[in-house]
Amino acid sequence: MADTLMELGARPATGALLQAAGLSKRFGGLQVLSDVEFSLRPGEAVGIVGPNGAGKTTFLSVLVGAHAPSTGSIRFAGEDITALPAPERCRRGLVRTHQIPRPFSGMTIFENVLTAAANGGGLNGAAAGERALAALEASGMLSLSNRKAETLGLLDRKRLELARALATGPSVLLLDEIGGGLTDAEADELVAIIRRVRSRGVAIIWIEHIVHVLLQVAERLICMDGGRIIADGAPEAVMRHPAVIKAYLGGGVQ
Amino acid sequence: MIWLNQILQGTLLGGYYALIACGLSFMYSVMRIINLAHGSLAVAAAYALFVLSDTYELNPFVALVIVLPVMALVGVALQRLVLERAKRGGTLVPVLATFGLAIVLDNALFQLFGADTRSLAPYIDELSYASWQIGDGLFVGELAVMTFATAVVMLGGLQLILSRTQVGRAIRATSEDPDTVGLIGIDGRRINAIAAAIAMVTVGIAGFFLALRATFDPYAGAPQLIFAFEAAVIGGAGSLWGTLVGGIVLGVAQSIGAQISSQGFLIGGHAVFLAVLLVRLSGPLGTLTAIRLVFRRSRK
Repeated sequence: MADTLMELGARPATGALLQAAGLSKRFGGLQVLSDVEFSLRPGEAVGIVGPNGAGKTTFLSVLVGAHAPSTGSIRFAGEDITALPAPERCRRGLVRTHQIPRPFSGMTIFENVLTAAANGGGLNGAAAGERALAALEASGMLSLSNRKAETLGLLDRKRLELARALATGPSVLLLDEIGGGLTDAEADELVAIIRRVRSRGVAIIWIEHIVHVLLQVAERLICMDGGRIIADGAPEAVMRHPAVIKAYLGGGVQ
Repeated sequence: MIWLNQILQGTLLGGYYALIACGLSFMYSVMRIINLAHGSLAVAAAYALFVLSDTYELNPFVALVIVLPVMALVGVALQRLVLERAKRGGTLVPVLATFGLAIVLDNALFQLFGADTRSLAPYIDELSYASWQIGDGLFVGELAVMTFATAVVMLGGLQLILSRTQVGRAIRATSEDPDTVGLIGIDGRRINAIAAAIAMVTVGIAGFFLALRATFDPYAGAPQLIFAFEAAVIGGAGSLWGTLVGGIVLGVAQSIGAQISSQGFLIGGHAVFLAVLLVRLSGPLGTLTAIRLVFRRSRK
């Protein structure tokens, strides 16, 4: 009974879909994340910025279960998922893309996305095929479906990475520098796709160095430095925050 | 006519080599593991079939239906207990671990069954020697044709599983990038266990035909492993239809070698294997250069 009450108390109070509490990660003697508190509402789009080595990618890795946190807990859709393995988190809707796209290059683009729909989306037969086609269409890859993934250029690899993630049917999509290395025109195309995904109610957490690209999607901005969240809020306010300016420009500027 | 016959018999023999090489090739291509216990596992399956047929008086085909699921479980255990742990130690450790497993298996079989050679041939009546005449002086063994057909069906079946089923696609994805599959909801450990189970089922089938067509003893695993290796390498390690081609090339080379000299059976096979290996490693031009160098040196 007490458990049920606590359960009820924890959820609606915050209305959070994804929540991290006291999250820390150490690799040997290196403290990469310390005491990170984070929560995400359903359908929210959050951008994460910060200097290199701030712990942004590690934060995503811990959220999706690629690394276990040293301390702290993660709740998703009302359940504690701290101990769940990565594939199970993916099947529940917490899905991430890689900074460097990693398609299964020996398979066709359709097969790449179909495999994601069948495993991450838990679909069979025709349903899996339809989901895969929808994901390919949403990311503008439909005309390339039968090509081998190894023949793709960078933008298309990134779009495939996105299509594969969409095919699993995410409720939270975690994007790790998906705009990096693209021209402005290519980045705009990617932004358009991500905005469409968002408009369907998928929450987004997006790490990106190119802030003006990020702000076309993100309604809330987080800045990380030294494994901590140093600012969290409306994008303009965060970008003007003294701690953020200090993190980017160094402490010597008066 | 003699040569035509040798090529025909060699081709059918190649079907058996493709069978025995199939699991080795599959494990290498999808799990990146060279399983040196391959031959010994096939012989262990042959002993299991022998016990069921001899002691429990089951028809060998019925015994096979019992042994194959057991082999699938052996595959899961092999993956979980040996290969998965060994792979964490780098690429060499699985080779050493399966080599060790082969020694343990061989000697365990010796301990259990002694040095006597066994065969399932006495339990399948006239199938072990029956043949069809297909021309003037040309005969093909019914068992040999059955072996060849099984090889084709098995390789084709594996190809279909890999290219047309969700499990097959998951196996291919896992073999390409075991770290990334988690991102699309695939449990790589489970998929590798399934792949190992499939490989061991093919090993069970190979052990069945080994026991039907010839005799075996506890140490018969090593020569079977060598034939499997040669067929797989000639056909291009990891390619399933290539394995069939490799098996046929090996079988034909052995048959022709045997026709040339009574000692030529094994030498014929090994010679073709080495020639293919040389061309593969250095390319046709590199091979020519190497041959020229050898000749130049021998002239001095």
